[in-house]
Amino acid sequence: MIEIKRIKKSFGGKPVLKGISLDIPEKKATVLIGRSGCGKTVLLRILIGLLRPDEGQVLVDGEDMAGLSRKALFRARRKFGMLFQSAALFDSMTVGENISLALREHTDLSKTEIAEKVREKLDLVGLEGVEDRMPSELSGGMKKRVGLARALIMDPRYVLYDEPTTGLDPETADAINELIGGTGRRLGITSVVVTHDLVSARRIGDRFAMISEGHIVFDGTPEGFQACQKPAVRRFINGSGLDLEERI
Amino acid sequence: MMETLAGFGRSVLVILEEAGSAAILLYRSMRGGAYLLRRPALYADQAFQIGVQSLPLVLVVSVFTGAVSSWQAAYQFRGIISMDFLGAAVSAALFIELSPVLTGLVVAGRVGASIAAELGTMRVTEQIDALETLAIDPVHYLAAPRITAGWTMLPVLLVFSSLLAHLGAFAVANTMLGVSADTFFSSVQKYFSMRNVVSGLIKALVFGGGTALIGCSIGFRTMGGAVGVGEATIRAFVYSSAFILIADYILSIFLF
Repeated sequence: MIEIKRIKKSFGGKPVLKGISLDIPEKKATVLIGRSGCGKTVLLRILIGLLRPDEGQVLVDGEDMAGLSRKALFRARRKFGMLFQSAALFDSMTVGENISLALREHTDLSKTEIAEKVREKLDLVGLEGVEDRMPSELSGGMKKRVGLARALIMDPRYVLYDEPTTGLDPETADAINELIGGTGRRLGITSVVVTHDLVSARRIGDRFAMISEGHIVFDGTPEGFQACQKPAVRRFINGSGLDLEERI
Repeated sequence: MMETLAGFGRSVLVILEEAGSAAILLYRSMRGGAYLLRRPALYADQAFQIGVQSLPLVLVVSVFTGAVSSWQAAYQFRGIISMDFLGAAVSAALFIELSPVLTGLVVAGRVGASIAAELGTMRVTEQIDALETLAIDPVHYLAAPRITAGWTMLPVLLVFSSLLAHLGAFAVANTMLGVSADTFFSSVQKYFSMRNVVSGLIKALVFGGGTALIGCSIGFRTMGGAVGVGEATIRAFVYSSAFILIADYILSIFLF
């Protein structure tokens, strides 16, 4: 269980998050939505301890990520996997080495067992026979799939997704959405997805939380979001002049 | 006047910030020593890149350093000191000063800058963040092997550099100044001091570790895409070079 309590974060004196509180339910996909620059990614990075909040707590299974020592923080991160917007694959390593790095670092598995697990995760994300390719040889969609396989390799309880479909064509984005939603449900993973794409959000999310002006302005079901009459939510939904139902 | 003072103050603050960050990084990477013992391949890879791949450039620079120091020493000796002492004078200068400093500067240009560029690129493309999310400490995984390879490989490079520099010095002394091999090497041997050699090695150790540390520290804190990486690369070379010259002065006071 992840509990976010009164998180505040400023950059250069400019407040981005002004006291965010949110509970992330177990084994569900929570989508953090909001306009670009509203602080969604900042919150995601605070969740996994890449950024420290100025105030507040992030309780992961009762442990405050913001208050952990460096060593304890690295231990706590083993519960997480994260897919970055750019996939952030290690460009000096092959696909196989990218995916297996955490296994090589944290387990005593043999080379054969590691290769088997890598194949299994690649299978899960719909790729095969790409272990020896370099990231530069992959398309954007393939990079995201490899990034997802790398995020899942340690069988994490929580997986964080930062704008998983940004920069992809609609067909590939749809396939990635299906993959994220399907994988999460099949493996019983608690997912937190940051996106400003309502189509993506609807495909993946069991629950929506919208950030605006540094606050949570909506927290509820996708249907509740669609029906919400708060001005910030309406502006976001109508931003492109299309209703959510029409867009999907 | 006030603006000049403010600008100077800002520069001092930037340097102190860089030094503080480097000191924290050094402390954290030293705590990663046990990790490195479990992952010798990470060290070996960096030792190859910093040591073996720097060798050709270091050797070329060393031959010419020896050659020019022999020629210039002979110019200053002419009419004052016998050429019988040429070998000893050049050898001492090479061991104490020229080989460590020039090898250090070559490594600062080749290795310090490339470490900053490599880690800087990893920082701006979120690869370092990705390492953190995989519960792998980037300081242990990336910085500790580079810093350790820096301080261990520069003394090794210095040994080769000193040898080649002596050969360069002898070649000029023998072929252009008419000093026989026996005279040159007898002079080197007669005034040889182990203290000079050890002092040179200590300098190389500090220069190598410092250069890699500065490259890592600047690389880790790179921001701003390709432009940021370019600036980090330049900063790493400038700071490493300045560090080598300042550290050389301080070490010389303590060692001699």
